Amino acid sequence: MNEFASFMYYILPIILMNMAPLALVALGGLYTEKSGVINIALEGIMVMGAFTSVYAAILFTGWFAGMSIQIVVLIGLLIGALLGTIFSLTHAFASIHMKSNQIISATALNLFAVAFAVFTARTIYGHRRLPFTETTMIREVPFLSSVPIIGPVFFTNAYLSTYIIVLIFAASMVILYKTKLGLRLRSCGEHPQAAESLGVNVYKIRYIGVLASGALAGMGGAAYAFTFQRQFGGEVFGFGFLALAVMISGQWRPMRILLVALFFSFMRLLATQSDSFPGLNQLNLPSQLYRMLPYVATLVVLAFTSKKSQAPRAAGEPYDSGKR
Amino acid sequence: MKDLWTKTLERIGRSPTRIEATSSVMAIVCGLLFGLALMLIVNPLEAFPGFFTVITGPFQEGLRSLGNMFYFGVPIILTGLSVAFAFKTGLFNIGATGQLTMGALTAVYIGVNWGFLGPFHWVVAVLGAMLAGALWGAIPGLLKAFRNVHEVVTSIMLNYVAMYFNTMIIMNFLYDFQASRTAHPLPSARLPVLFLQNIFPGSRINIGIFIAVFFVAITHILLKKTTFGYELKATGFSRDASRYAGMNEKRNIVLAMVIAGAISGVAGAMMYLIPGRHLPYETILITEGFTGIAIALLGLSAPIGVMLAGLFYGALHQGGTYLQLYDFRPEIIDIIIAVIIYFSALSLFLQKIVKTFIDKRTKASMGLSEEVETR
Repeated sequence: MNEFASFMYYILPIILMNMAPLALVALGGLYTEKSGVINIALEGIMVMGAFTSVYAAILFTGWFAGMSIQIVVLIGLLIGALLGTIFSLTHAFASIHMKSNQIISATALNLFAVAFAVFTARTIYGHRRLPFTETTMIREVPFLSSVPIIGPVFFTNAYLSTYIIVLIFAASMVILYKTKLGLRLRSCGEHPQAAESLGVNVYKIRYIGVLASGALAGMGGAAYAFTFQRQFGGEVFGFGFLALAVMISGQWRPMRILLVALFFSFMRLLATQSDSFPGLNQLNLPSQLYRMLPYVATLVVLAFTSKKSQAPRAAGEPYDSGKR
Repeated sequence: MKDLWTKTLERIGRSPTRIEATSSVMAIVCGLLFGLALMLIVNPLEAFPGFFTVITGPFQEGLRSLGNMFYFGVPIILTGLSVAFAFKTGLFNIGATGQLTMGALTAVYIGVNWGFLGPFHWVVAVLGAMLAGALWGAIPGLLKAFRNVHEVVTSIMLNYVAMYFNTMIIMNFLYDFQASRTAHPLPSARLPVLFLQNIFPGSRINIGIFIAVFFVAITHILLKKTTFGYELKATGFSRDASRYAGMNEKRNIVLAMVIAGAISGVAGAMMYLIPGRHLPYETILITEGFTGIAIALLGLSAPIGVMLAGLFYGALHQGGTYLQLYDFRPEIIDIIIAVIIYFSALSLFLQKIVKTFIDKRTKASMGLSEEVETR
């Protein structure tokens, strides 16, 4: 029993650290799709957020030598969110004002982000990896870490970003389902013409939706970089696309998104920690097989959940106020 | 002179296709200008000479660089064709990268191991790549047709599965431990260079350009002249209407993805059945599949247009190889391509600009005051 407990205390924080950024970016996808715009640029926005936040962290640790690393992380997360918002503005402009194909403009953003991150890193440092090596993990949160069960799971080996993400997720559920803004957002994704007839400014609401997704994906990118990849190399390895799949499998509902995110985090845990799992490490399978797992799992889950899609009805269609 | 200008504008204004083509050119110009601006920020002194070299890339070293333009264009024409073909059926094949990877892996596997095939060796390798790409393309097609899963999400997932699968197979079966990289295909599996090396001495051109042109011709005929092509396009316009008209729209979706995948698979063979090029064993996505999206858009999803756009990319890529001389990183080409895609997403808007511009000019010169129908 004791061995089992220590094993759980080892894997649960890892699941949590995978789950938090995944849920955050999926939430970003939820904002934009609820407002009626598809945004598959979440991946690229994450890359931009991750790149700028890590670069900012390098600059800040250089300028203020004694600064606490957690404050640097906090600033990095905010800068990631800011950059994500600015970057997603281009997608919002193309898909809302210019009525362009939303998948194409988002693909452009995805390609641009990676090329830009690698180009800038190589221009500044000569190679694609950013030289940021500080560890951002919080070993133990004072007092709280000694609480039984909750302490070892939530307050040891934790990341600041996880707590911020929990707050944002809770706030978003209130915003989306309990406020006027949330109602308007959802109505623009279901039937924008009806929303407009009641005096809602569809363009404005859709801008809010897309920019919110940009902010969350940018912050998610920063959280990703600070937790998994401190020497950021211009890639988030499909994490943004996984988040999109989490949102679709979660049928556009926050609580289900959390559940699906939990499932995918477990898959990612298997992928990265396969050699420390009792039983799995004796099978001696190639590690790449485990790495494929989250993606294959996504395919299987989607195949079983997409038949009756709960997608917002107007998602992906440019708004035409004259259409019935 | 002025007369000629007005006449050209009139000719463009009369056909929607020409207006679209003009908006493609505008997208390219916008992308190039963005690249120039970026170069001016990074290194103002070298920016103009560097930029000039990029856009005149194929003519820097005479026939050698011209031949290389074709060489770099081949895989891009094929992936562009793959994306364009799926577009015609209303599918967005963002999975060209995965299909290409599976094709390349199969081609290299056959190229390394099946030396007994003799003179047919490279042909079998290319056919194997085609089959592998087709199978990989079939998965999102089947899921789309029968399980209503959006092909964009599935093919993105399959890109990553292909990436890890590629690494797994190479590390276990195809790794050359002495050279510490992927084993190299046997000489008999290399793509023949034919007489092309004599025309373009010193360049890396090979039979690939003919294979690319062959696929351009086939898809052009398929889409324009056959019932099957017509059905595919009808399915692309409206799934429900085509089913109502008695077409098997599910079969059409699957077949469109199979063909698109097959073409991407061939692109993979074209890239790695070549001396001196090694299939990467690292877990990285091969970017040629994504570039194909840009090429398909610029080429207006028409096979001939894709070929022209692919050659343009080949020229740009060849120009990019000189960029190191001016101390610029070659990723700037990818940035330019991304900006071009963004502007081709704005094509509706660009077309409107082109139309208003042409309407104004032609009307002013002819002294007409009333509205003229240009379509």
